[in-house]
Amino acid sequence: MDLQTAAFLLQDGFTIGAVYTLLAVALVMVFNVTRIIYVPQGEFVSYAALTLATLDAGRKPATALLLLAAGVLAFTMEMLSLWRDERWQARRCLVPAALYLLLPCVLALLAGYCALPSVPLMAKAAVSVGIVVALAPMVYRIAFKPIADASPLTLLVAAISVHFVLVGLSLQMFGPEGMRTPAFAGEAFKLGLFTVAPQLLWVAGIALVLIAALYLFFGFTLYGKALRASAVSRRGAHLVGISTDFAGTLTLTLAAAIGAVSGVLVGPITTMKFDSGFLLGLKGFVGAILGGLAAYPLAAAGALFVGVLEIFASYWASAYKEVIVFTLIVPILVWRSVVQPQADEEEDEQ
Amino acid sequence: MKPGPMKTSPWMLGLPLLLAIGAPFFVSSFTVTMLNYVYLNAIVVLGLVLLTGVLGLISFGQAAFVGVGAYATAWMTVSLGWSPWLSLIGAVLVTGILAAALGSITLRMGGHYLAIATLAWGISFYYLFGNLKGFGGFTGWGGIPAPSIGPWQLGSERAMYGLVLAWLVAAVWMGNNLLDSRVGRAMRALRAGAALPESFGVAVPHLKLTVFAAAAMMAAVSGWLYAHLQGYINPSPFGVTVSIEYLFMAVIGGAGQIAGALLGSALVTLTREWIQDLMTRFAGQAGNFETVIFGAVMLVALAQARRGLWPWFSRWLPVAPPPALPAAAPLEPVVRAPAPPDPALRQAVLEVRQARKVFGGLVAVDDLSFNVNGGEIVALIGPNGAGKSTMFNLISGLLPLSGGEVRFCAQRIDGLGSARIAALGISRSFQHVKIARGMSVLDNVALGSWLRTGTGFVRSALRLDRASEQAVKADALWQLQRVGLQDLAHARSDSLPLGKQRILEIARALAADPMLLMLDEPAAGLRALEKKALAELLVTLRASGLAILLVEHDMDFVMKLADRVVVMNFGQMLATGTPAKIRSDARVLEAYLGADD
Repeated sequence: MDLQTAAFLLQDGFTIGAVYTLLAVALVMVFNVTRIIYVPQGEFVSYAALTLATLDAGRKPATALLLLAAGVLAFTMEMLSLWRDERWQARRCLVPAALYLLLPCVLALLAGYCALPSVPLMAKAAVSVGIVVALAPMVYRIAFKPIADASPLTLLVAAISVHFVLVGLSLQMFGPEGMRTPAFAGEAFKLGLFTVAPQLLWVAGIALVLIAALYLFFGFTLYGKALRASAVSRRGAHLVGISTDFAGTLTLTLAAAIGAVSGVLVGPITTMKFDSGFLLGLKGFVGAILGGLAAYPLAAAGALFVGVLEIFASYWASAYKEVIVFTLIVPILVWRSVVQPQADEEEDEQ
Repeated sequence: MKPGPMKTSPWMLGLPLLLAIGAPFFVSSFTVTMLNYVYLNAIVVLGLVLLTGVLGLISFGQAAFVGVGAYATAWMTVSLGWSPWLSLIGAVLVTGILAAALGSITLRMGGHYLAIATLAWGISFYYLFGNLKGFGGFTGWGGIPAPSIGPWQLGSERAMYGLVLAWLVAAVWMGNNLLDSRVGRAMRALRAGAALPESFGVAVPHLKLTVFAAAAMMAAVSGWLYAHLQGYINPSPFGVTVSIEYLFMAVIGGAGQIAGALLGSALVTLTREWIQDLMTRFAGQAGNFETVIFGAVMLVALAQARRGLWPWFSRWLPVAPPPALPAAAPLEPVVRAPAPPDPALRQAVLEVRQARKVFGGLVAVDDLSFNVNGGEIVALIGPNGAGKSTMFNLISGLLPLSGGEVRFCAQRIDGLGSARIAALGISRSFQHVKIARGMSVLDNVALGSWLRTGTGFVRSALRLDRASEQAVKADALWQLQRVGLQDLAHARSDSLPLGKQRILEIARALAADPMLLMLDEPAAGLRALEKKALAELLVTLRASGLAILLVEHDMDFVMKLADRVVVMNFGQMLATGTPAKIRSDARVLEAYLGADD
């Protein structure tokens, strides 16, 4: 392999690695705050990419309809649980109504408008991200809120169920064909000896901005600190007045935002199918685990490594790409477990 | 008081079993196929019940193990021309060895590392099966012969049905036996953290590895059955999504219970089929909407019964009466080498020399030295945060020392690890009570005698352990009598009030027949009469030559009971001596009551 090819591969590796990094960061965040191993994270990636691709093709995306339907379901569930707990008051309905009914209507209208070919790509991308992000609080309300205090294993199985539902819907909405979105980054340019694809700069730039934003959010804002507190102890957070439901909703929404942006970024690089998100999410997950499911910078480094590994593996032995990626993970895990042995977790559920 | 752990009465198994045996004679061949799948899944899920439900280890690799079993038998029968029965042994062995190898590196990692490691090589295997030359690639590999018994070839679905069912019944039987055995008790105790079983000498990493390999071997059996049932295999039923589905079945059914595995695999397999059928009928096509409905149904089920559906079902089933108890009788006393010093000589059983423990910048134990002799009660007292419980953990091997040494019967024990230290004859209770929740009081005490009988995994699974089990139960009952809890033998351990849970811990520690008993705040939460009974018990134990080290805040209790008192403050030895001397020590009074200016 010559230097040129290596540089090219490295660039691709970093690009896809940056996307894995975003996913890894999102997964770490969700796990820390809610103890959910968030299997459906990848679906938010494919939803955003495929929604954008549909809009780009001049059609109205079915995700807008899904958003309306999920909104009605979430609103109904919220009202029912308020009713059952005898906490029903008109003012308590305002936020759910805005979040689950009004916002989806607005986004659906915008989506209809964005299907027009004259609308710029950026606007389409923004609406796609908006639709997918708005879905997240509903997912939390419908699937996780009823069992928020269950064991991590139960939460994992709920997450798997959500994954099944979202993938099944994805096939229904987008069909089995793969789609690609147009690059929004312009022509490749020469930098010294190497050709640089501007897409990489976009991806890397946005990844950095997002990570920096998360760092600031968790380190310096009250909400960020509240989320960290509920990560440490749900009950403790509750006692000092932090609503764990609020924490869960906020975290899933942030994760969805990260996933949706990743989807828009990755759309022009790889062909997305209805179920592509799962494997993307999985590799992000592997990256996150390499970082110990705890530390953001390490998770990011791990994910970047997975991306580079994958690209080089597919260059040398493309049939064995996944084998190589997922097998090489194991020795690294072993190394990590030696460096930082995990205290085993006591499970106190009763 | 809650009744003991609910056990559904065994005759309830009879009817379903009869129905299952009779089924192929009067149902359609389609139903036979479905049942075969349910049973094949159930065999895998049974392994997961042990691994995930009982041990709490999440594995995303079970489908890959099924695949290893299936591909191994395909290779052995098609390429090597072996008999399917020979390849059964081969496939199970190959999978077991592979799982042991993978487990020995991945089980070192904590819970979520294991999940991701199994996920990673689960995916690897899938692509490996699909890409290896000679394995048929993604299109598949056919011509796998049906096994034959004498002149009968089990070529049809109906014929194989009997074999699949027989394996399932065997797996259920062995799983049940295992959970109701010495090994099963240790497995269930692991849920409260490794510290509990380790404090009675259970080699936890080895136990985890054994269960992991056993679960993989059960998966391999399912894979072998599948390969010979189909006569054809391709990688798709061995992918990660299928592994996820197995996990799903375990949790939906009620992970942790054998019956949950059967219920889970039946529900998931049949619901999926039913939804597919329904979709075809109403939507006109077997759309992929079935996954959506399937996921939604599972979410509803979880929200209604988050511990799985079996506990919910079993409420309506008759409950078996608790098993009859053997007459209380102690096990043979443990003969230890090196022999303990003669208690009459009042030699040191435990010697702590300059023990030191540093957490970051905090010196929790600062060059502490003391002895405990045979036939003596030594009390370790001091204000909260003085380092008493840390000292306990240093002795029992739960924490490593930063400096100094600990000797037991003149032998250095620091650095040995808690399981090996327990084996030498040190038993302890915990400041924060550690009991195996959901297990009966009797079973909790029986956990303590782990090292006194040697019944292993295989003997337990095959129910060759009844004699030693009777002896262990008799001993546990005897220990309960010693501490006065015999009437609660069948109660659920976590239904006891905290004070009685502490007494339960003492009975459990005594079940190990220790030379040194370490009790961390045994009198906390006890009423006056109970304290008196406890004090009498400790006096009797002291008279029998046992060395007792005690952490306690109840000064009245300590001063009446202890031969010597060691007072700690800020990790250091403040004073030591007889209770009378400690009572009048100015520095002790100052530490407890503040300076008297």
